[in-house]
Amino acid sequence: MIDRLRFKLSKHFGAKNVLDDFALEVHGGEFVTFLGPSGCGKSTALNLLAGLLQPTAGEIWLDDERLDPLPPERRGFGMVFQNYALFPHLSVFDNVAFGLDVRRVARASIAERVRRMLALVKLEGLEARYPAQLSGGQQQRVAIARALVIEPRVLLLDEPLSNLDAKLRLDMRAEIKRLHQGLGLTSIYVTHDQAEALSLSDRIVVMREGRVMQVGAPADIHDRPRNLFVADFVGYRNVLTLMVTARGVDGLVTAEGSGLRVRGRAEIGPGGAVLAAVRPEDVRLSDDAGAVGGARGMVRLVEYQGREYDVEVVLDSGAVLKARVPAAPKIGDAVGLALEPGRVVLLTPEHVA
Amino acid sequence: MRRGGLVVLVLPSVLYLVVMFVYPFGYGVFLSLHPAKGASGASLANYLGFFGDPWQLRTIAVTASIAVPNTIVTVLLALAVAYAMRRGIWAERAITTLLVLPIALGTVLVAEGINGFYGPKGWLNQLLQLAGVADLPRLTHNYTGVMIALFVQHFPFCFLMLLGYISGIDPALESSARVLGARPWVVFRRVMWPLIAPGAAIAFALVFVMNFGVFPSAVLVGQPAGATRTIAIAAYQQAFEHYDMSMASAIAVVMGLCQLLGLAVVVALRGRLAATGVATVGAGKR
Amino acid sequence: MRGRVWRLVVFVFIVGFTLNLVGIVSHVAVSSLARRWFATPLPGAFTTEWYAYAWHEFQLPQVLTVTATVAASVTALALLLGFPAAYVLARRGFRAKNAVLLLYFLPLLIPQMTYGIPLATSLYRYRIGGTVAGVILANLVPMLPLAIFVLLPFVEQISESLEWAARVHGAGRWQVFRRVVLPLALPGLLTAGLLVLVNTVANFELTFLLSGAGSQTLVVALYYAVFAAGMRPIYSVDAMAVIYMGIVLLILVAALRFVRPTQMVFRLGGK
Repeated sequence: MIDRLRFKLSKHFGAKNVLDDFALEVHGGEFVTFLGPSGCGKSTALNLLAGLLQPTAGEIWLDDERLDPLPPERRGFGMVFQNYALFPHLSVFDNVAFGLDVRRVARASIAERVRRMLALVKLEGLEARYPAQLSGGQQQRVAIARALVIEPRVLLLDEPLSNLDAKLRLDMRAEIKRLHQGLGLTSIYVTHDQAEALSLSDRIVVMREGRVMQVGAPADIHDRPRNLFVADFVGYRNVLTLMVTARGVDGLVTAEGSGLRVRGRAEIGPGGAVLAAVRPEDVRLSDDAGAVGGARGMVRLVEYQGREYDVEVVLDSGAVLKARVPAAPKIGDAVGLALEPGRVVLLTPEHVA
Repeated sequence: MRRGGLVVLVLPSVLYLVVMFVYPFGYGVFLSLHPAKGASGASLANYLGFFGDPWQLRTIAVTASIAVPNTIVTVLLALAVAYAMRRGIWAERAITTLLVLPIALGTVLVAEGINGFYGPKGWLNQLLQLAGVADLPRLTHNYTGVMIALFVQHFPFCFLMLLGYISGIDPALESSARVLGARPWVVFRRVMWPLIAPGAAIAFALVFVMNFGVFPSAVLVGQPAGATRTIAIAAYQQAFEHYDMSMASAIAVVMGLCQLLGLAVVVALRGRLAATGVATVGAGKR
Repeated sequence: MRGRVWRLVVFVFIVGFTLNLVGIVSHVAVSSLARRWFATPLPGAFTTEWYAYAWHEFQLPQVLTVTATVAASVTALALLLGFPAAYVLARRGFRAKNAVLLLYFLPLLIPQMTYGIPLATSLYRYRIGGTVAGVILANLVPMLPLAIFVLLPFVEQISESLEWAARVHGAGRWQVFRRVVLPLALPGLLTAGLLVLVNTVANFELTFLLSGAGSQTLVVALYYAVFAAGMRPIYSVDAMAVIYMGIVLLILVAALRFVRPTQMVFRLGGK
């Protein structure tokens, strides 16, 4: 079991800064996710850690060992690739055995460990199959077994679920969670899917254009995004510009606009403009158009989403708010709106980036 | 609308090839069994004549002595270079474009160029003299000349073909093998070679078949009356110097059988070299 | 470290080979411009008179006319017969498909000297051998499959749903072909046409076996000139070679705007 993995990495391709002084310390047994849209540098970071790319500058330390000068085969990591990268000419057994085989582990021990690993990922009986004869989910399990069987010091996962269909993705997500909880492996996971990141991780690193936007526990990222980019990425689909009207001694400010009044934490004095980010789930609708601290608006779109309805409301001020509600209003209805207290994130203009 | 109706559109091209390719082939085989002189009815006289005449039979050995070593060298070098270039190199587009030249220009021009460049008065010999090489070996109008001509012609062909093939192999396979602990050589032997082998086998077969049919190079940069009198030259001479189309066809059939034999060897070897399984090889990105 | 040395060796080899090619080609070009050239790095004096000499001595006007006729006819016929075939192969599966593909593949696989002799024998028997028509018909044998295999991926790229969309919106079969399929296939036709053109101009064996006195293409005339070296000054032979090279390069440059160099050789695997 490793104690900690720390790194500080930069990668330039020509004049382009793909990764800019990306620094992090990962603790032993921790599950860390790099989250961001495509092109944010998350996969580059993972490939640098694996040794598949050479950093332009920076170092990687695993406990007291410096890893960055080592070729990938000497880092002792396991990696699961987006397209699984199973060897098409090898059977399931030989795919999983590959890492042990090149380490010259004894035959009997290989057979024993491969068998145990295949049992762990529930693939008993498929040893002789070839990758082309497996379903996507089975290929995924083989890829995971192949990475785990070598008892890697760190497990790297590069968007391992993105090639699966929606239902299988949920199943495999739970599977990965189960394996991590059972084995306690230090894991670094790359994804663009915030739900995956929130459900799997101990810590999330939100990235954009090669820079870290925010690092924190899933709840932190979810409830307290530090800037507009993170807020938008984790589902704050409503952003309203409000004016600060008061600031209390406790640091809480009151902001108003579009008929709404919200309270929250922001480093800005009265008269300043703030952005209020709110999730659709935290917008309440009521028939009572005159609710306290609420605004009035008219329903212009209703979409059925299964259990709930997505509703778009045009406020009297002209602003549009998206709400997710349990009961469907009718299009053209006049409604009152309120924002769930404590669920509104206030961002000052310097947090827009 | 009948779904099968459109299929008639392949008929013109199929008919054309049947009339102009399959029929002549069959006619050639028929002709080879009916010698120009002598009795009516089928006879193996042409084949017996070919195999009984050392001067003719020798062409098989001569052709093989050119085709076999040349194919091995060409494919091995092309494989090494294409493998080393699988992730791209500096000025790749310029280099590959230049490599297309000998393929596009064809054997006759390359032969004339080699006669000049490698000839006794050519630039290469001048350079070697400057470098102080005393005993200048003769490089044209002999076995060496044909070897050079075929290599110049077929190396680019083989290289470009393998480069396209190798660059179509998912790079993540190599990455994952490395992360799993395999050194570069082990990656080649255990992962890449089994995937490349089918392509290398096809390349080998194609180059061998082309080498075995060598004609213009053997005439223009070789010694067509001696050391490089290949089987294609023998067939040509029968047809257009002795006007014995029957014997010429027989020699062409023997040439075709030798090429088939080469293919069969490759297929057999491939079965033993490469593991089973399906290779995931796309069209290639380059 | 060892990997870097290895890469360097490979790089030096490939650069050496390329330089060698440049040497081969430019030796011909320099020679064609030499008044006299004997074992010196460059000729003492340059002249362009060998071009005029070659033009008359090798009857290039007539040879070039034949070359153009053959190349244009083969290209047109290959596209005309090849496009419908490629279209069907891309769109439909049918029982004999593998046999048909094999039939298309064989003329490309089997060397021309092997099937050229029986082909020449048959064509001379019907008195087509030795004529321009014979040269065209023979060249079409490998060029038709070439056109088909080049066209195939281009047609495959045209989504069939585009044709369905056109049908749904009221276009008849012919209109679908004229207004949807043909415009979208144009890059493919252009590519295939250029590749057939350059291959026909450069194709030696079949033309050589089938051509008579008045039906030689440039490359065959060049062969005879090189074969009979000593009959005429080598500089004039090289001048003819440069003219040939110029024509091929012109078509090649046009072709390379549409295809990558690796696509100029056989597509491995696949179909």
